Amino acid sequence: MPEQPAARSQESGASAVGGEAVIATRGLTKRYRGGQLAVDGLDLTVPAGSVFGFLGPNGSGKTTTIRMLMGLIEPTSGTARVLGRPMPRATRAVLPHVGALIEGPALYGFLSGRDNLIRYDSADPAADPRTRRARVAAALDRVGLTAAAGKKAKAYSLGMKQRLGLAAALLQPRRLLVLDEPTNGLDPQGMREIRTLVRELASDGTTVFLSSHLLDEIEQVCTHAAVMAQGRLITQGPVAELAAGARGRLVVTTPDPAEAARVLKEQGVGDVVVTDDRVTGEPPDRDLADVNTALVTAGVRVRGFTVERASLEDAFVALTGEGFDVAG
Amino acid sequence: MSRADVVESARPVSPLWTFGLLRNELTTTFRRWRTLALLAVLAGVPVLVGIAVKIETGDGSSPGGGGGGGGPAFISQITNNGLFLVFTALAATLPFFLPMAIGVVAGDAIAGEANAGTLRYLLVSPAGRTRLLLTKYATVVLFCLAATLVVAVSALTVGALLFPLGDLTTISGTHISFAEGLGRALLIALVVAASLIGVAALGLFVSTLTNSGIAAMATTVGLLITVQILDQIPQLHALQPYFFSHYWLSFADLMREPVYWDDLAKNLGLQALYAAVFGSAAWARFTTKDITA
Repeated sequence: MPEQPAARSQESGASAVGGEAVIATRGLTKRYRGGQLAVDGLDLTVPAGSVFGFLGPNGSGKTTTIRMLMGLIEPTSGTARVLGRPMPRATRAVLPHVGALIEGPALYGFLSGRDNLIRYDSADPAADPRTRRARVAAALDRVGLTAAAGKKAKAYSLGMKQRLGLAAALLQPRRLLVLDEPTNGLDPQGMREIRTLVRELASDGTTVFLSSHLLDEIEQVCTHAAVMAQGRLITQGPVAELAAGARGRLVVTTPDPAEAARVLKEQGVGDVVVTDDRVTGEPPDRDLADVNTALVTAGVRVRGFTVERASLEDAFVALTGEGFDVAG
Repeated sequence: MSRADVVESARPVSPLWTFGLLRNELTTTFRRWRTLALLAVLAGVPVLVGIAVKIETGDGSSPGGGGGGGGPAFISQITNNGLFLVFTALAATLPFFLPMAIGVVAGDAIAGEANAGTLRYLLVSPAGRTRLLLTKYATVVLFCLAATLVVAVSALTVGALLFPLGDLTTISGTHISFAEGLGRALLIALVVAASLIGVAALGLFVSTLTNSGIAAMATTVGLLITVQILDQIPQLHALQPYFFSHYWLSFADLMREPVYWDDLAKNLGLQALYAAVFGSAAWARFTTKDITA
């Protein structure tokens, strides 16, 4: 997705201080009292209007970063600006425009779903009490909880709690949504609904900051992404560029794999790997049609000839040099 | 860049709306079964005392066995006038039941929210740390008042049902009308509620130190018991005037004619001191704390 139309960014005067960035951190660092360095010199830039995927293994500092952005944790050093204002100093001005789901939903079990939302809404001094009931009803409707609104929250399933947490983030029109693992506990149908919701919100102009460990989920909805590991930012940028960083692979399916591998190497294909009837390798810089002709001319029977696009997961593994494991 | 950017001008904040959180906090607190259970226990104490006195004096003897020192203050007068059950019940609940109930509500105020994770959502709403702390303290103080009034109203009801009502004799021996007696009872209830302000501030401070509601409640109630014990040790008499419970029973001085104000004033001053010291400590702690729960 391209940048938001210029009209919107000009309108939001002060937020343009940090350029187009809805979130901008410079050298953001958090060292906990035990001496553990949770976040180390983070320079994160989230462009306005983006759906920004925030990736990283568990324990890589994502949650600490989100808590610093929301003013819950004071940075040890460095600065964080949200909607162009410094955090945590400007929480009262910034946070009414931010909806957040942090580390899963937290609810009052003895209150109904509706009363939970009323409580969170009355905590916001910028929320108009005259429209409170209507906004709560609209938020419940948006996440599909209208039927269960009167039930006590302790009777909710994990998926319903997750939806109620999302509803709390949607009580007002927001300029930024921070969603930490929003599809946790949801069934595939619920996950699809959340993805649709995120796309809808993004098309309304809301910037969505989405942390997830599900890489294909990020790839499906995000325009931009950043990858963290061990407290440091490894990379950030548009998803297409990140995925392009890891090149696609040429895949040839054939009953004659040995012969095919020989011809492909001759044609300049690197890193040729043979598995059963599949031969894969890094595509050469020449026209792939010529490579195919060479295979056929050499008498290789070709069943399939494709280039598999690199996934974000390939990019991630290429970047971190490891799988998606918990950092020690 | 001017400060009057979209972030602020889009949704002007009405100062009155900030009380929405207090109203919601009050309804939330008084809808918890735990709060209602605490109030039910407090309402039960005067019933027990009233029935016990009624049974014990059924044969015409006076309660306390004539020893004079037995039982809470005013208990020997209940059979003459049901209104004295209000004073007796307050004297019986003030050392432990009332402050324990306050300790539970105050200790849970911040720590309970942290424990449930709801604290982070209140703060990103954004409730504002100072505003949330003030709301919590106001709620606890109003709970002090509600708890005391529950004891007083329950005692008055039971006293009226089981014993005669009428003009009463003060500690100084003078007579006052029943209406004035009722007025004094109300005044005493307010003084008792104010006596709990110190415990409320202490409990709220403890509540900002931990993420466990149970730990905060236990600590507050533990401190309460410790102070009450230390207040009984003669060797500590130099320290005792600074214990929040030291002048608690001075409310009886309101039943003198003329009223003896010295200890009452000391009590209220001490409560204000505790509220200032522990309120500031709670504020200093809560506004700088990293919210990791």
